[in-house]
Amino acid sequence: MQAIFDLDIGYLGLCALSVIGAIAYGLLIGGIIRKVMARIQSRIGPPVWQPYLDVAKLFFQRTSIRHGMMFYLAPVFRTVGGIGIYLLIPIVAGMPGLAGFSFNGDVLLVIYFMFFGCLGMALGAGESGHPHAIIAVSRGLSQMSSYELPFSLALIALVAQVGTFSISGIIEAQAGGIGNWYLFMNPLAGVAGLLSFLGMQMYSPFNIVLAPQEIPIGPPTEYNSTFLGLMMSGRAIFGVAKSALFMNLFLGGATSIPEAMIKIFIVYMWAVFVGAVFPRFRAEQSVRFFLRWPTWFGLAGIALAMVLKHLAS
Amino acid sequence: MKDEKIRRVPERIEPAPPDVLKDRPYEPVPASPRREVDPYCYLGATEVQQPLAYREALATIKNWCRANSLWVMAYGTGCGAIELRPLMTSRFDMARFGMAPRPTPRQSNVLIIGGYLSLKTLKRVIRAYEQMPAPKWVVGLGSCTINGGMYWDSYYTINKLDLYLPVDVYISGCMPRPEALIAGFQELMKKIKQGEANGWNEYLENIDRYKVNQKRVIGDWRMPDYNW
Repeated sequence: MQAIFDLDIGYLGLCALSVIGAIAYGLLIGGIIRKVMARIQSRIGPPVWQPYLDVAKLFFQRTSIRHGMMFYLAPVFRTVGGIGIYLLIPIVAGMPGLAGFSFNGDVLLVIYFMFFGCLGMALGAGESGHPHAIIAVSRGLSQMSSYELPFSLALIALVAQVGTFSISGIIEAQAGGIGNWYLFMNPLAGVAGLLSFLGMQMYSPFNIVLAPQEIPIGPPTEYNSTFLGLMMSGRAIFGVAKSALFMNLFLGGATSIPEAMIKIFIVYMWAVFVGAVFPRFRAEQSVRFFLRWPTWFGLAGIALAMVLKHLAS
Repeated sequence: MKDEKIRRVPERIEPAPPDVLKDRPYEPVPASPRREVDPYCYLGATEVQQPLAYREALATIKNWCRANSLWVMAYGTGCGAIELRPLMTSRFDMARFGMAPRPTPRQSNVLIIGGYLSLKTLKRVIRAYEQMPAPKWVVGLGSCTINGGMYWDSYYTINKLDLYLPVDVYISGCMPRPEALIAGFQELMKKIKQGEANGWNEYLENIDRYKVNQKRVIGDWRMPDYNW
């Protein structure tokens, strides 16, 4: 416990500032994506700062409707989960405020926190009582339990090969240039991890949870004004945190802020570009997909990790 | 045919008789004389009113954010919806103004009444309008919302939308082209930025009159008097 009280107030202040920066960066990425998709469709599109205006408008609404305590707490769960996993992931290794609170074993804690965010949304959607929200939540949770499997297999391969459970240790093991990235050290596990990232970001073809134009927007059906503003901010920071996690695990981490911003953008865009091309899977089709090729890639990655570790020793 | 008595939708404006609405949801708030900044901002017991310049600056920022991020409810009530599709797609892009279609009334700010409004649609539109969080605006698309348009002598459509819902902007035409729609939405944004688009306040202040008009035309009112 003594270690906690030794923390500098300045360090905590810098971490809080980095959380605000992450939310702002996440919303900006959303705006850039809308602009890029609009230009692909040969129209002008909204300005890149449009998500800031949307969130500001939602917070300035005069009335809001709520359905109970869980409905009130769900965006709080989501945002707290996002901030929690963001603070545990070192964005720029070594920089105060962005290095986070990494410790030995935090990879497992990060996986736990990711589920916490989706669970909060599911409870809130259930409390709202709208049948469309409940349908979408059941689909989303079944899909989520299926993409956790290849992700866990990739993580087992990663941890077995690198030999440490801490994210900073994993970053240090990948130091030394682009050839040392885990994506190239163990390509099979890297592919399994990046395919499960598509399921996490919930873009096409795995956006059956939201299912826009199919059922009205899924779990956030009854969410309005301040609750929706908080939910949008939570989704922004969750996107940045997951992209940063994948950057650290498979793309070698970052040593400076511009490098971190570029790598997070690249990882985020991988999901968006796949989403622009593919149509939507049904819930059972996405479950079947994740239990097939990504799982086989993950198992092969574990075997490859064992072989490489045996050869190295 | 000419001397046949055509039954029309009765649309005379009458003052509310005292025993028509027995279950009033709340007391109507009288309009305050100074409407320049947020007349419904009630002060707490120990709160001090901030200076007028601060309140006006805050209202300017809020109205600018609301006007540049209008979320339209994707609900095509009549033939006007056919002109909303080119407005949303590549040629006449409405996303460049910050407008986006939303699927639920809970998340939208603008309700577009496109074209004629039959009585069964009016019942559902009232329900959707009352579920929207404030501030909310109504845009009447086409001549049918102004004076009945092509269906002025129909037995099942309304002739004047302003009797049933508070309309902020009318866009005339049959159907108005997307350029006319863009001009109408820019007029709505200008009214919001000036603080003059207060349709939702007028609806709540004169709810007796609106409810009397609505209940007169809708025969089977099998829903609550006010739909939160």
